[in-house]
Amino acid sequence: MSFYVRRILFYVITLWAAVSLNFLLPRLLPGDPAAIMLGKLRRANGGRPLSEETIRGITSMLGAEKGMTLWDQYIAYWGRILQGDLGVSSTRYPAPVLELIGAALPWTVMLVGVATVLSFVLGIAAGAWVGWKRGTWVDHLVPATTFLQSIPYFWLALVLVAVLSVQMGVLPIIGGYDVFDFPGGPEWSWAFFSSTIVHAILPALTIVISSVGGWLLGMRNMMVQTMSEDYVVTAEAKGLTPSRIRTRYAARNAVIPSLAGFGIALGFVVAGSIVTEQVFSYPGIGKLMIQSVQGLDYSLMQGVFLVITLTVLAANFLMELIYGFIDPRVRHRG
Amino acid sequence: MADNTSPEVPVRTGPTPTSTLAAIRIAKTDRTRRPLPRISGKLLTGIIIVVVISLFGILAPFFVQDPRFSGNDALLPPGDGHILGTTKLGYDVFAQLAWGTRGSLFVGVVAGGLALLLAILFGVLAGYFGGVLDEVLTLITNIMLVIPGLPLVMVIAAYVQHTEGLGAFARSSLLVAIVLGITGWAGSAVVLRATAKSLRMRDYVAAARVAGEKPLRVIFVEILPNLVPLLAAQLIFGVIFAILGEAGLSYLGLGPTGSITLGTMLNDAQTGQAVGSQAWWWFVPPGALIALLGTGLSLINFAIDEVVNPKLRLAPQAARNQRKARRAGRSVSENGAIA
Repeated sequence: MSFYVRRILFYVITLWAAVSLNFLLPRLLPGDPAAIMLGKLRRANGGRPLSEETIRGITSMLGAEKGMTLWDQYIAYWGRILQGDLGVSSTRYPAPVLELIGAALPWTVMLVGVATVLSFVLGIAAGAWVGWKRGTWVDHLVPATTFLQSIPYFWLALVLVAVLSVQMGVLPIIGGYDVFDFPGGPEWSWAFFSSTIVHAILPALTIVISSVGGWLLGMRNMMVQTMSEDYVVTAEAKGLTPSRIRTRYAARNAVIPSLAGFGIALGFVVAGSIVTEQVFSYPGIGKLMIQSVQGLDYSLMQGVFLVITLTVLAANFLMELIYGFIDPRVRHRG
Repeated sequence: MADNTSPEVPVRTGPTPTSTLAAIRIAKTDRTRRPLPRISGKLLTGIIIVVVISLFGILAPFFVQDPRFSGNDALLPPGDGHILGTTKLGYDVFAQLAWGTRGSLFVGVVAGGLALLLAILFGVLAGYFGGVLDEVLTLITNIMLVIPGLPLVMVIAAYVQHTEGLGAFARSSLLVAIVLGITGWAGSAVVLRATAKSLRMRDYVAAARVAGEKPLRVIFVEILPNLVPLLAAQLIFGVIFAILGEAGLSYLGLGPTGSITLGTMLNDAQTGQAVGSQAWWWFVPPGALIALLGTGLSLINFAIDEVVNPKLRLAPQAARNQRKARRAGRSVSENGAIA
């Protein structure tokens, strides 16, 4: 039980640190993001003065509130966050930040989720096989995976677009669905669903290709180490079939570190998908982040960062719970 | 008993010399400590790739056209005069590539070095001292590890680059390198902590401590030298991470617009519609160079990994020997002896 208490405590502290970082960054660095943001909002509002409520919202999120100590600002900031009030976007005035994020999040979660699981399964299966075939010609293929890993996500996306979309015209270049077929936006129909699938193929392919190498390599190395463990030799000596040794004895134990690394790798995949979404103009959270950064929409930027962090933390936490269940040793090591 | 052993002796003398030689060879590679990793094919390929690209980045800028000279024809395909063609603004792609490589290497080395320093600070100190300090440093490391890196870098860059008073520094590659270094050390720190913790228990470290050496001296003289292969591997990871990070950041328009890197080249290509106008010579070379450089560095890391973790090298070797032995028709017991 203390394992779970410790982990929950860790994630609570991490969450607190992320929120505090979000609070401190605009205040500690020189410059005045709140003033920039208010100026942008005033312009977006057609030059009319902003409501008292909006101004207070912006200043408590981004700082520069007159006559308040840093501590009071911090309390007010937490108050806003806990009410789910992340302010108003200036690039998409007057949409609330939370609403924009809510609309974008499902796109990214589906795309990144499906692509990551796919890449994990493929990489682990291939890694187990390559590790099993250690000492044969397959070993020479292993260094090639480093090339896959070193490819910048977005560059791969550019090349795929150039070949598959521009040259051959097989797959659509941009967007999450066909905006001409569905001018009214997302709807619940089979036609819309298939449109999203077609549009997701290239981004997903990009993510899978550039992340599969890491899983393969990690699994292969663990597999090689596991295969020289005594219990594998014992299994061989008992005369068990090779396929049984491979799956039930070696792969099953070799996969554990990969599972542990899954959560951390997710952070990298999310980062990669941000840039990938930019290439494909995919309507997900990454594109929202980029829009906000380019348009100096600090409220939206902070909100998106918070939500991305929250999502990655939640995924990590879930993975650790599963990990603790699979490998009882981590529960007891503390 | 005597009858049983005597006929076996002549049978064994045949294959034994080779198998014992192999066993001795493996034992030797395992035990004798070499200052440098064994020059394997991987290592050699990696070193060649990295050296060639580094030399290209260091030397080529002296010999090429001014990368911002826009007097050339726009969007020329590769050919005479322009080995890799020109961009939409008439810049020579090869010249841009040369300067971009230099810029990216600079960012990679500075950020990688900074990340390594921070990793040593957090990892080695935590592993060596233990106790409350360990708890605190490990907590910070783990927090940095799970907070997604690129979004954090984007947020920091967005704030820093738009603060007045920084001047040209706000858009310099040095600032980008510093931001990447500050955010990219956590993974290495975890690895270093684990190793420092185990080294701390070794007898010679304990002896140094009992002899009254100061903690800093023990760390620098007794522990760090033993971490050298690991430090090299982490530095290489850091450099790859930083070069890829810079490329992504620049591609999003948050990079060092004041200088040329491979990332800013890709950003120019994107804003210049290079993909739509099928100007492959504009966006393929920078990305390919990044991938190649990353591959070269990873291959070196591979070789280091096989030195640090002998099982990775010895297990495939053993399997190979076993197979050879089986082909030669030797008995299983002897194969076991080889492995």
